[in-house]
Order: sequence, then structure tokens, then C-alpha cells
Amino acid sequence: MANFPLPLADLLGHWGSYAVYAVIGIAFGMTLESAGFGNSKLLAAQFYFKDMRVFKVMFTAIIVAMTLVFLSSSMGLLDYNLVWVPPTYLWPGIVGGLIMGVGFIVGGFCPGTSLVGLATGKIDAMVFVFGVLFGIFMFGETVGSFATFFDSSDMGRFTLPELFNASYGLVVISIVVAALILFVLAEKVEAMVNDRPQQKLPGWSKPAAGALVALAAVVLVVGQPSTEDRWQSIAADSQAKLDQRAVQISSAEFIKYRDDSKIKVVPLDVRDESYYNQFHLRGAIHVPLEEVQAKARELQFEPANTLFVTISNDEAAATEAWKVLKAESVPNIYILEGGVNAWLKEYAGNSLVEEDRVYNREEDQLAYRFKAATGARHPAAEPVAHTINLKYEPKVILELKRAPTSGGCG
Amino acid sequence: MSQALRAKPYLNPYLAGTLLGVVLFLAFFITGSGLGASGGLNRLLVYVQNEVNPEHIDQVAYLLKMAGGNSNPLDSWIVFLTIGTIFGGLISGLLGRRMKFETNKGPQISNGTRWVMAFIGGALMGYGARLARGCTSGQALSGGAVLSVGSWAFMFAVFAGAYALAYFFRKFWN
Repeated sequence: MANFPLPLADLLGHWGSYAVYAVIGIAFGMTLESAGFGNSKLLAAQFYFKDMRVFKVMFTAIIVAMTLVFLSSSMGLLDYNLVWVPPTYLWPGIVGGLIMGVGFIVGGFCPGTSLVGLATGKIDAMVFVFGVLFGIFMFGETVGSFATFFDSSDMGRFTLPELFNASYGLVVISIVVAALILFVLAEKVEAMVNDRPQQKLPGWSKPAAGALVALAAVVLVVGQPSTEDRWQSIAADSQAKLDQRAVQISSAEFIKYRDDSKIKVVPLDVRDESYYNQFHLRGAIHVPLEEVQAKARELQFEPANTLFVTISNDEAAATEAWKVLKAESVPNIYILEGGVNAWLKEYAGNSLVEEDRVYNREEDQLAYRFKAATGARHPAAEPVAHTINLKYEPKVILELKRAPTSGGCG
Repeated sequence: MSQALRAKPYLNPYLAGTLLGVVLFLAFFITGSGLGASGGLNRLLVYVQNEVNPEHIDQVAYLLKMAGGNSNPLDSWIVFLTIGTIFGGLISGLLGRRMKFETNKGPQISNGTRWVMAFIGGALMGYGARLARGCTSGQALSGGAVLSVGSWAFMFAVFAGAYALAYFFRKFWN
């Protein structure tokens, strides 16, 4: 799959990777300052329609970055699944946004712009930064009293194309065109409010706008890679791993990691619900095969030390699920060797007798008949430690996560 | 003052926006994360709190995540991004000869009033940014560019809040 974003910590080491962020920060600070964002009076002018600089800079930046992000994803260069999309907590976000809007008109900065204001000697920016620190301090002290609201309306990684049920390309080009129209209006409004003729735009602005629309059109036409496309791009390497049985881990290895407090094991049971109800491993999450793809983005939110293990009765469905999750860039994903049937054979002992066996069964069918839906209450759901054979061939190689687990505000 | 020493004008907003967009894209392309500011300030604050009163950190779940036990709140990429942002502002200010100790405000209010307003506004910003899990940079700009629903809702809320009250604060700015 796509080579970007880069696994920075792997390439440069833990602290080395931070140097990259420092350089990005310098570029960020330089553009903010040269845009005039160190000057609170200029920022506040936005809200009196006198100078719509805040809107122009911000939306130009959004449409440029957005078009380039989805263009590089279309081209297979950037893996959008590994890009940090701030999770949607709708109502805390809206209330926080309204409070910040008030803070903007009262204080004249937002946190990012106050940093460059402070760096260029603006005394009001320095006072503002102290205010921000005080506000953050107060939040830490009071959040406990409204923790339920703070965690409410959690929609996870939720994007506009999903909301509108439209393609990424269509949303991208619509936002680009809408922004360009609003820029034209902003120029007219500024001229009207300041009672002056419209300012002449630089000569490059029209060709640049045209180029951006053209790039957005490419995104629309090419589209984003499907799970199948993504699998094709990794198939050579990943199919070989499946064939060499390098990713099918034994029950003993599974149990070893499950009991390791430093590792979080997430067993994903991809069988039909009736099988899951009859018997499943303790702690197994039920994700039917057809829902695995939708679940992938949620799994990206798990911490870096998570080990995912797909489970079916034998291995067929678990292997299918593995391919989908692998293609969707879920890290540290393995298959339980032999599935539930091998597990029962190993740990069910005398609880399942010969007459419960299903003979002439099909591939990925449960090998035993359960008289009741035992779920995880069956003794084999969590085998007693001394019954476990601890000899196994280790296969798990934990990889460092490429995707960030927090955004710019964590 | 001679022409050579006068502050250079700010960039054309569309040019500045394009440059900012390219920086934001490169941040996503190389690291997978966007830009941010309030997170860095948050961690600087928690670091100081941890030095002054470590027991308190251990009692507040929200702070514990960043500085509980042996974890160092400054051991985060966002802290380095924030330090870089300040240096970037400094470099650009020096190159543009815009370094100047001054207070920007409307002509009708005193410096003192402006500072009080800046502190109150900053406090609201800091509080709101934590509640919204991000500020204008991390949520609106970065999340907006990668099409997060919450980020767009947040962005409209910020503009709505500011425009709704702009009329009442007109004498502070005009």
C-alpha cells in the first residue's frame, strides 16, 4: 500500500521523529506570521467584514490541503486510513466552538495565532497566552463535573462523504468550488464595507484557482482506492505470508499475549451470530464478516500496543477478515490457527463428548453441537492455565504504529 | 524612518493560504497528523502542574492521561510542533521587520482594557479548545481539510459565536 505517512519513529527514532514536527512547526509559524495572524486587530477585522483575511487564508489553506491529501490518496501515495481525522464528538465540539468564537471576538486571537503574536512582541498576545493556559487549567479542574457531556455524541471517525453518502471526490470538488465563490463574494463585501473599489487580485490567482479545480476534478474522476484495490497493492507480500502460515498464531501464543498486561488483545469473532451465541472465547468481540470493513476505521483508534486476532470456526472466514483488515491498514493483525474448532479440541476436554461431534461437516462449520447457547460461560471459553501447552512457534512481530493516535490537540 | 527599515507588508491572503495549505498537506503526508497549537500549550501547563503538585495530577483523570506515573507530558510530538511554531513566528517576524513590542487594539480603549480582554478571551479560548478537543488549528483547519464532520460543525460554531457577539464588542476593535 501507500508509503506515506512515513513510520517516523521507525526511521528516525522516538526523539528524532520530533525534529520533523519541530520543522513543520517552524513552517507553520512562518506562514501564520506572514499572513498577518500575529496582529489581533487584523484578526478581529474579520468579524466586522472590514478585512476578511482570516476567512480567506483559512479556506484557501483548507481547499489546497484537502485537494492535495485526496489527490495523493487517489494516486496511491498516501494512505488516508493512517491520516488522523479528528473524531467527531458533535455537541461538545459545537459548544466548545461557540465558547471559542466568543473568546475570539473578546481576546482577538486563537491559540495558534497568539503564539506567533507572542513571538513578534505583541503584548496582548502574551497576555492572551496566559489566559489560554488559565482556561486550560480551569478545564482540567472542572471537566470531572460534566464528564458525561464531554464524552457524549461520540461518532468516531466520521467524514462528510459518509454523512452525505457521496464520493470523496464529489465532496472535495464541491468544497473547492464553494470556497472560490465565497472568495469572490468576500472581495465584494470588503469593497462595500470599506467604501472603496474592489482590490485587484494578483495575476496568478485565476490560473491557480483553475488548477485547483482541475486537480479536484482528477480526484473526482480517479476516485479513492477500494478495499479490493488496497488488497491488490499488498497481495503479493500478504498472500505469501498467508501461504507460509506466518500470520496464523497458535492458541498458546494467543493466550500468552492475552495474559500479558503490556499488550491489549482484541479477538474478533467473525462468525454468524448463532455460532457466537453457542460458544465464543471470553472477551471475543462479535463482528460478522460483512461488517469487518466498516469496523476497520474504529480499530485504528486502538492503542499502539494492540494485537488483533480474527477467529472463525476453521480459518476460511477469519482469513477473509484478515485480508480486509490488512488491506485497510489495521496494524498487528493475526489469525487464530485452526479457529474455534481447534480451540475446542484442545481445551474442551470432557465437556464435549463424542456424540456432540458433527461429522462430514463443511469448511468453517462448528465441529460440535452445543445443546444450549453457552456463549463465553462454557469452561473452554477461558481455559485453566495448567491445561495450556506453552510450547509454540512464535509468529507475532509487533510493529510500531504508523498512524498517529492523537491529533494536534491531544 | 527610511523606506528600508519599514515593516514589510503581510502576504496576499490567498498566497499565505496556499502556503499554509501546502504546509498542512506536508504535515499530513509525512506524519499523518495535521497541525495544532492548544495541545502543546496544554502539555506545557500539565508539565508545570506536575512539577508543582504531582499528587493533584494523580487525582484528576484528565490530567493523569498525560502525566500520570512516570510519563512525561512534554514527551509528545505536539510540544515540538508548538515550540517550532513560536520559532517560526519569530523568524518570519524578523525577516519581515515586524518585531515590535506593542499592543494591538481599537483606538477607543486603553492598553489596560485590552489586556484584560485578552486574558478573558484567552481563558474562554483555552476552555473551549479543551471542550471541543481542539482549537482553530487542530480542529477547524486540520480536521476540516481531511473532512471530519465534527471539525466542520466546530468551525461553523466558532464563526457563529464570534459574529453573534461582534456587534457588542465593536468599540473594543473599531
